[in-house]
Amino acid sequence: MTQALLAIEDLHVSYRGHDSTAHILDGVDITIGRGQSVGLVGESGSGKSTVAFALLGLLGDNAEVSTRRAAFDGRETSLGMDEATALRGTDIAMIFQDPMTALNPMFTIGTQLVDIQRRRFPRQSRRSLWARAETMLADVGVPDVAARMHRYPHEFSGGMRQRVVIAMALLVEPKLLIADEPTTALDATIEAQVVEVLDRLRQRTSASMLVVSHSMGLIAELCDSVIVMYAGTVVEHGPVHVVFSRPRHPYTRALLACEIDPYAAFDLSQDLATIPGTVPDPAFRPQGCIFASRCPARHDRCSERPPRRQTGEGRTYSCWQEAA
Amino acid sequence: MRSASLQIHLGFKLATAALAVAGSVVLLMALTRLIPGDPATVILGSRATPEAVAALNARIGLDKPLIEQVFSFFGKVASGDLGEDVFNGRPVLSLVLNALPNTAAVAVAAMLCAVALGVPLALFSARWPGGKTDRMVAFLSVGFISTPSFVVSVFLLMVFSVHLRWFPVLGAGESGDLGDQLWHLVLPTAALAAGWVGYIARLLRSSLLEILGENHVRTLRAYGVSETKILMKYALKPAILPTLAVLGMGFGELLGGAVFAEVIFNRPGLGSLIYDAIRTRNYPVVQGGVFVIVMLYVLTNLVADLSQSLIDPRERARLTSGRGH
Ligand SMILES: Nc1ncnc2c1ncn2[C@@H]1O[C@H](COP(=O)(O)OP(=O)(O)O)[C@@H](O)[C@H]1O
Ligand code: SF4
Ligand SMILES: [Mg+2]
Repeated sequence: MTQALLAIEDLHVSYRGHDSTAHILDGVDITIGRGQSVGLVGESGSGKSTVAFALLGLLGDNAEVSTRRAAFDGRETSLGMDEATALRGTDIAMIFQDPMTALNPMFTIGTQLVDIQRRRFPRQSRRSLWARAETMLADVGVPDVAARMHRYPHEFSGGMRQRVVIAMALLVEPKLLIADEPTTALDATIEAQVVEVLDRLRQRTSASMLVVSHSMGLIAELCDSVIVMYAGTVVEHGPVHVVFSRPRHPYTRALLACEIDPYAAFDLSQDLATIPGTVPDPAFRPQGCIFASRCPARHDRCSERPPRRQTGEGRTYSCWQEAA
Repeated sequence: MRSASLQIHLGFKLATAALAVAGSVVLLMALTRLIPGDPATVILGSRATPEAVAALNARIGLDKPLIEQVFSFFGKVASGDLGEDVFNGRPVLSLVLNALPNTAAVAVAAMLCAVALGVPLALFSARWPGGKTDRMVAFLSVGFISTPSFVVSVFLLMVFSVHLRWFPVLGAGESGDLGDQLWHLVLPTAALAAGWVGYIARLLRSSLLEILGENHVRTLRAYGVSETKILMKYALKPAILPTLAVLGMGFGELLGGAVFAEVIFNRPGLGSLIYDAIRTRNYPVVQGGVFVIVMLYVLTNLVADLSQSLIDPRERARLTSGRGH
């Protein structure tokens, strides 16, 4: 097997506050093979976006990032600011969560689609970048592109804006495409259309993908493997069909059990709140299993850190419970 | 508001403006009556004949009730007549129009100066917040903003004209000699602009920083668009809007400031005109001069408001067609 495109071991991110430090990511491992698509699921606040932003060095100034080892495309990296910055808009492109705010309201779509390509294609003229953008917009299903290029974001519907944001990512022909909750802000019918666009893209592009979502359905559709995150840790990880058909970690089970409609718009009261309790405060992480306070299978040993177990099949999970 | 058309928007703004003008004229006329001492006696001296007093009061309009005086004032204004100088009978309109360019020159120069210095300072401060430039600008601007411009005027006069003799002390310079006139413009402009440089720098800095924290900027960063380009293009355009609004209102204030600066620097202009007119109770000149200043104030606000709407494509769309999302 060839070397993975992205391999990160033991990623830690913390935010310095005034009098405390919040550990947002506590030892996250991620491996994405070339051409592979990896899903990242977990409740809101579990640190999914933090993982995505860390890859691009987009975390706030008060963030501290460390890894035991990190490599992208065969090169070791410390995920330090400069190295991560070098990957922006060339090797890694990102589709952001909220299409309503991801575009600048004061400039036309065309202008923005041209400027984001400049880094990747520094020698091309504005005219040719404009033409590329037009073609790509048509490709992701925006009608009447020649005119639309001259329009402002507020003149697009939510679904159309998300197509624009997707087109952005495709325009730079990245090696890794990160989609951070690409459909969360959209209503159900639009979401289905955008998923279709992403799916088509997935078939066509050779890029690897990291799909962040709380929607198990979206991940089942788009990804080869899935990482289940809880409170800044990976609780279970493996091929999608293995993890989703026979989840081992109680948190994964709870997540899957709550899943009502795979394309339901993000609604706290509907799906996530059905797992009682909330994610622990990152400033006060518990000693033992991080999920203990909410776990239906909790027992005495859970006050110690659970071991990481392998089940063959390429799956790992962290729990005191033996494989049943 | 979504279906509000340009006409409604304009109409509303114009109505507000008209109300402001009318209100200030009423106030002005009322004040004339409230100032102690019969104007006619002050003007003509205590030995004036009753006929002369009556004739003068009729000319100023003091023989009629306040409301009537206001209406006849506007009636005349509509035909381009601002009344006549009590002493020499010259039309107030031409006096005001003669004085106006001098005042406007100071105000415009101060505004250009404030923008030319304030905008780059804001960009620097926002590019490296907490850095050297930022802290220095923060420190200086607080000082200048909180110092009234007439204090700065006197200070500049003392240091640069009287002590160092770098700049002329008083006057507007030889007429016809542009260089000399510009030379005379430096200190009054500096006095007026000082506070505004800091104000614009701080105001624009804070809107820039706010915009720089928004999601669309994060998008650009994620694609490696350079910080300079983000700042100068994508952040500046939305961030300049509130500054523009303040500038529009500020121009009125600058005009007011210019009026004071004229008195201190002994320059001809609207300020000196009104100042002298008040001293001599030359009411038609006071009324005409203040009326023009109020008009300018209101008009510049209107223009600022409209240009702001024209820069923002969302506003533009809303105004021209009522087309929302
Ligand atoms: N700049 C920051 N300073 C402090 N805490 C932050 C900052 N950004 C995010 N966080 C915290 O990090 C945690 C994880 O956030 P995030 O990665 O956005 O979660 P998710 O994407 O899974 O919803 C949250 O508790 C959030 O409050
Ligand atoms: S270690 Fe214990 S508390 Fe944690 S998930 Fe497993 S059973 Fe639940
Ligand atoms: Mg998120």
